[in-house]
Amino acid sequence: MYPSRFRYEAPRSLTEAIGLLHTTESAGDQAKVLAGGQSLVPLMKLRFAAPELIVDINNLPGLDYHRADPDGTIRVGALCRHADLEHSALLASTQPTMAAAAPLIADPIVRNRGTLVGSLCHADPQGDWASVVVALGGSVVAQGPGGRRSIPADAFVTGPFENALAPDEIAVEAVIPPPQGVPAGGYLKLERRVGDFATVGVAVALDTAGGTVTRAGIALTGVGGSTIAATEAGQALTGKVLTAEIIEQAAGLAAQAARPRTDHRGSAEYKRHMVRTFVTRLLTRAGQAAEAERAA
Amino acid sequence: MTTVYDDRGEQAAATDVPLRRIAFTINGARKIAEVEPRLLLAHLIRRGLGLTGTHLGCDTTNCGACTVLVDGKAVKSCTMLAVQADGHEITTVEGLATASELHPLQEGFRQEHGLQCGFCTPGMMLSAKALLDANPSPTEEDVRWALSGNLCRCTGYQNIVKSVLWAADKLRAAGNGAGGEPGAGDGSGAGEDGSS
Ligand SMILES: Cc1cc2nc3c(=O)[nH]c(=O)nc-3n(C[C@H](O)[C@H](O)[C@H](O)COP(=O)(O)OP(=O)(O)OC[C@H]3O[C@@H](n4cnc5c(N)ncnc54)[C@H](O)[C@@H]3O)c2cc1C
Ligand code: FES
Ligand code: FES
Repeated sequence: MYPSRFRYEAPRSLTEAIGLLHTTESAGDQAKVLAGGQSLVPLMKLRFAAPELIVDINNLPGLDYHRADPDGTIRVGALCRHADLEHSALLASTQPTMAAAAPLIADPIVRNRGTLVGSLCHADPQGDWASVVVALGGSVVAQGPGGRRSIPADAFVTGPFENALAPDEIAVEAVIPPPQGVPAGGYLKLERRVGDFATVGVAVALDTAGGTVTRAGIALTGVGGSTIAATEAGQALTGKVLTAEIIEQAAGLAAQAARPRTDHRGSAEYKRHMVRTFVTRLLTRAGQAAEAERAA
Repeated sequence: MTTVYDDRGEQAAATDVPLRRIAFTINGARKIAEVEPRLLLAHLIRRGLGLTGTHLGCDTTNCGACTVLVDGKAVKSCTMLAVQADGHEITTVEGLATASELHPLQEGFRQEHGLQCGFCTPGMMLSAKALLDANPSPTEEDVRWALSGNLCRCTGYQNIVKSVLWAADKLRAAGNGAGGEPGAGDGSGAGEDGSS
């Protein structure tokens, strides 16, 4: 299978890349950014996407980083691959939700090319990173002809396969705010086989101090038309100790927030049940960790 | 490489085809090619270079039969544009053996019966090579994890995993200067490429 015909540019600077997007857009043509290509190239081969211009950003210097600022803010550049995050010592020691999700994205070969930022831009309701970044209260930094702006992750994904970027904007990094205490949580994904998209995915991101939850975010993958922020479930945890009652309440609220549909991956009822189970599991684990931290 | 199109009488068609010149290395040899941007790396390898050991299975990024190494990392060549190879180093299954000796992975697949039809085998070997280059002493679990993007419809995977572990042993033994394993390859070839 071939994509339909397109022009190809591989600029060496961000300014040049944005310029290409801008002029193509102004001429009434569609331009697409190519990052890892692990969603875009298959779509182009199937002719679901047929842009006139491909702006390959893989040659842009200095975007393959992921790092922590002195205050604990985590920044993931547009060319940081899933595999970089899977093998990241930084995430393993500081960010349990991201560390848990990275090895569950696609398969090892796809992880070598696909990017976290590309995954956010692709806005697949079954994309795992969007839930993780939403649960963490993260944001996306976009750069266009007029400069940079920051877009909160829950406003960045505007619908299935739709994001808040203007056609001449490039997402340059994803930003995770510093923790308000000790980070806890994780990511659980039900998949039919290794490397498959989620039947159900649940991201839980908590910060705890002295056994009390100071901040909580819960987001759901694959159980709605786009990534779901289970805001009420998160709110139910804030300021609380993770007792069995509190956990049950939050798991119930998260299950209510899910909008699953019956499909080849499972029935709506089953998926909703799995949301409840996963939230319970993740919070129970986090509760035990917080208890250990308090005892220490 | 030359791509031939049907002439549908469209005036612009002949002049419309945008071509890019790229330079890359494949299995140690430096090459220059003129490609249309929509050409996939798998097509450049199979048709442009005639290296048909790289197989196209699903053509939808699912099966891993088309796996090659790009700068040492396993990549699905059906999901990378050929123009993106510019300036990079590609390894295909043809780059594993030398003129006289099979690569220990190829030997391993022969010794442990790691293939039946052989269609998935080149991709398996390249994913396995990327693993062994990074981790010379993998556990069985490490091997299964590393190969989890490569599908096999025949073997049930058991012997593939054994083959890779066999190769890891052999490579470690060679690295330690302790000589080869029993049954070292004589380079007579075992038809691992399968059909193409
Ligand atoms: C077999 C297979 C299994 C997969 N399984 C999973 C899975 O389980 N979970 C999961 O989350 N994902 C999965 N994926 C998708 C994978 O994670 C992709 O890597 C990801 O969705 C897109 O990232 P990319 O860098 O490859 O983006 P690309 O494919 O290059 O781009 C995707 C879209 O985002 C846009 N874009 C990308 N980067 C930018 C940018 N910096 N600025 C503006 N626009 C941009 C592109 O224009 C395009 O529209 C799977 C993919 C495959 C092929
Ligand atoms: S042919 Fe490329 S993944 Fe199947
Ligand atoms: S040996 Fe036939 S697909 Fe693997």
